[in-house]
Amino acid sequence: MDELASVDRLGPELILLAFAGIIVLTDLVVQRRWLVVGSSLLAVAGSLLWAGTLVARDMRGTAFDGMLVVDNFSLFFNFLFAGIAAVVILVSIDYGGRFSRYQGEYYALILVSAAGMMLLAGTVDLIAIFVALELTSISLYILVGFLKDERSSEAGLKYLLLGALSAAVTLYGMALLFGLSGSTSLADIGKAVAAANDDTRAALVMAMVFLAAGLGFKMAVVPFQMWVPDVYQGAPTPITAYLSVGSKAAGFAVVMRIFFEALGDRYISDDWSNMFAAIAAISMTVGNVVAISQTNIKRMLGYSSIAQAGYLLVGLAAISAAEGGFSLGASGVIFFLGTYAFTNLGAFIAVIAISNRINSDEIGDYAGMFRRAPLLALGLTLCLISLTGIPLTAGFFAKVYIFNAAVQSHLVWLVIVGVLNSVVSAYYYLRVVLQMFLEAPPSEERVSAGPSLGLAMAIASAGILFIGVLPFPLLEVSETAARVFGS
Amino acid sequence: MLSFIVFFPLLGIAIIALLPRERERYSRWVAAGTAFVVLVAALALFAAFDRGQTGFQFVQRHSWISSDIGHFDIQYLLGVDGLSLAMVVLTALLAQVAVLISWKIELRPKEYFAWLLLMETSLLGVFTALDFLLFFIFWEIELIPMYFLISIWGTGRKVYSAWKYVFFTFFGSAFMLVGLLVLAFAGNTFDIRVLGQMEIRDALLPTQVIFFLLLFGFAIKLPVFPFHTWLPDAHTDAPTAVSVMLAGVLLKMGGYGILRICLTILPDVAREASIWLAAFGVVNILYGALVTLVQTDLKRLIAYSSISHMGYVLVGISGLGLVGLTGAGMQMFTHGVITGLLFVMVGLVYDRAHTRRIGELSGLAHQMPMIAVVMIIAGLASLGLPSMAGFVSEVLVFLGTFGKYGGLTVMAVIGILLTAGYILWMVQRVFLGERLARWEGLGDATAWWERTAMVAMVGVIFLIGIYPAVLADVIETGVQPIVGRLA
Repeated sequence: MDELASVDRLGPELILLAFAGIIVLTDLVVQRRWLVVGSSLLAVAGSLLWAGTLVARDMRGTAFDGMLVVDNFSLFFNFLFAGIAAVVILVSIDYGGRFSRYQGEYYALILVSAAGMMLLAGTVDLIAIFVALELTSISLYILVGFLKDERSSEAGLKYLLLGALSAAVTLYGMALLFGLSGSTSLADIGKAVAAANDDTRAALVMAMVFLAAGLGFKMAVVPFQMWVPDVYQGAPTPITAYLSVGSKAAGFAVVMRIFFEALGDRYISDDWSNMFAAIAAISMTVGNVVAISQTNIKRMLGYSSIAQAGYLLVGLAAISAAEGGFSLGASGVIFFLGTYAFTNLGAFIAVIAISNRINSDEIGDYAGMFRRAPLLALGLTLCLISLTGIPLTAGFFAKVYIFNAAVQSHLVWLVIVGVLNSVVSAYYYLRVVLQMFLEAPPSEERVSAGPSLGLAMAIASAGILFIGVLPFPLLEVSETAARVFGS
Repeated sequence: MLSFIVFFPLLGIAIIALLPRERERYSRWVAAGTAFVVLVAALALFAAFDRGQTGFQFVQRHSWISSDIGHFDIQYLLGVDGLSLAMVVLTALLAQVAVLISWKIELRPKEYFAWLLLMETSLLGVFTALDFLLFFIFWEIELIPMYFLISIWGTGRKVYSAWKYVFFTFFGSAFMLVGLLVLAFAGNTFDIRVLGQMEIRDALLPTQVIFFLLLFGFAIKLPVFPFHTWLPDAHTDAPTAVSVMLAGVLLKMGGYGILRICLTILPDVAREASIWLAAFGVVNILYGALVTLVQTDLKRLIAYSSISHMGYVLVGISGLGLVGLTGAGMQMFTHGVITGLLFVMVGLVYDRAHTRRIGELSGLAHQMPMIAVVMIIAGLASLGLPSMAGFVSEVLVFLGTFGKYGGLTVMAVIGILLTAGYILWMVQRVFLGERLARWEGLGDATAWWERTAMVAMVGVIFLIGIYPAVLADVIETGVQPIVGRLA
């Protein structure tokens, strides 16, 4: 009976994994692209539905002897990752011509890594977390190298090597925590940390630093960002989008889990709050300043995603001394991740649609795109404006909300760094807009997105505008999810 | 009613967007009709406004975003007092004029008029928003239309000027956002009316610093020396209608912000800082006027004269009394109309002669007597001739400040002499002087749209000059509560 409830709670992930297996197997026999794409979309829909029934049946609780937990936080990320995976699958349809042979594996790996990401948000045990981490990462290593050309293979190898290194570092941090507490459960570790004294403090700080470093790789924050530009440029663009949104969100989800639940005691939390504040300031600044000089749009979006991770870290640093514990900063991070998914996916969708036609990712080749593809150009403009943080887009409220949380945590200096960075970022985001609207197009040939890309772009744009005008539905959901860390 | 005025231009944008490409020239009629409806509605509001009552009228209020974790409660809150009402009427009037003098725009007219109307909405929003964050949102939105209007339809170094404008404003508003968040945290509300009744002493930052952060954003907009360098570039390179809006309305956002936010919410600091406001005001007046004297480009000349005239606003504000503040408000309105008209006239001259170099123009009164007469009227109003609008506001400014900072006021009066110098000299060189064969073929202002714009503005200039109470009474009711706070 108890096992059955456990399996039920794992349902959203199980559906994805089961479909991944089925897709690979059937692909051996019948090779039909629509079948593969259709069944992977079906898998995502099934996963979404299952998560929906978990909410409806109020199945919140733990599973598998406290390895896994279904709470508002993990449910939020179930929906988020399913949505991201759906969009990535949609935008891969037109892109898939570039690797016609391994269609089945490609979509199956997307599903597997999505399941891994969901698990990262839901697991509350170090062992399970590490397994989920590897599940996500290994499928992504393969996906990055999927084009099998020089750049893509180099990117895949680079991602693999650095990923393995960071996994080792993470594991080292986990081992230290286990050594200190004698348990792998986050709740038990939390109790042990609360009882820590100055003898064990050094080990605790080391564990904290190692974990932040290892997971910083996933979040793509400075100084663990070295892989970002090369991997972003080399990977198939849908996978770049996946990395920049999904993998990053998963990194933040697991960091929130570990740091809020296991390392949440005031004895250590002020230390990591300061550490995250410092990393946030550095990430924002480095990401934005380096992005200015980029000429390849995928690299530019890579550096921009480093900067955006910096803004997200502001939320992690914003732990309020007064009330609500961690929920203040957490709701900021969750809300930001939700808006960022729409915004950054939208930007990549436009990049995919445009590069499908003009076969180039150079910003210079976007000249006059407004003439050649008015709707795509408008959509991309909207995304870039949202990334800059100009009002009536989702990005504006995300930034203001997270900065507001920082002010309430008395981090005014960090907010000043953040707003100045927004000014810097306007330069390179708006430069692309300028290219599209002002410059003369090299040819008058129309650039059009296919139906699947068009649909994905429409979803992203609608999301950005909707949240930009009426942010409260998502805000309310984010706060509900964040209350998990409130007590 | 207020929501109708603020958002009606959006309806115009929607209609323009739906126009088929072959009918794109109709967009000017749509824009003119929209602006006219807004103007009529604004005048109706002006008539319906209860002058016997201070405080905000026509208030509309809805909860927009509410969040219990983040203390992030934002209202949709609009209302006008005498000060904002004057600004609303000014915006509606100049927006109508801006549409009329853009009648012959051939380049991408649909986009052009859509941006113009979006700008009108954002400006009306700034002047009516009573929620601090809503105010900030409208403040930021205005950047986007300006950026496109200057960089696409401008002349000369238009892209550079558009960038410069956007960056200066964005930089200032970044600091404003920090000040806003800190202030809202201290007061636990974003409601400007509530903040305006609090005594805020304890905040995360010293109140002086908050005052400066907010003032910085407004000072760049006004602009205050040494943050004025964006203005000559933007004004000179913008299309005529946009120069009219820039000088006529956008600069007033700065003055309005200082009155509405800085003085009202932080009156204690305002008292300490008033000497600095006066000093910077005098520097603005004298520096602006001196630089104006040596300009050789007609449009640049008017642009620098705006810097000088905005100095009077600062001087009036520094008096901190009823007369001075009323004068500052009056100066904002009258400068908007007068300088708007000057830019219109310069635009008309440029349309015909295709040059703005003062050295090349001469004796134009022969070819275009009507333009010459209206230009002289506007010039005389600008230098403060009695019976015209400029005189009233300048007298009020000097009266209001003389008792407090006598020496500085005397220095400010020198500005009047310099103004007379550059205006009369310009009129003499351009319109009087030798009749040149080169300009023989030029015609006068004959089109209905040119004449309507000119007559309307000349009418307003004389109306206020002869019967100032029609406006002064309204502005006085608006500044009375501010004076009450400062006392």
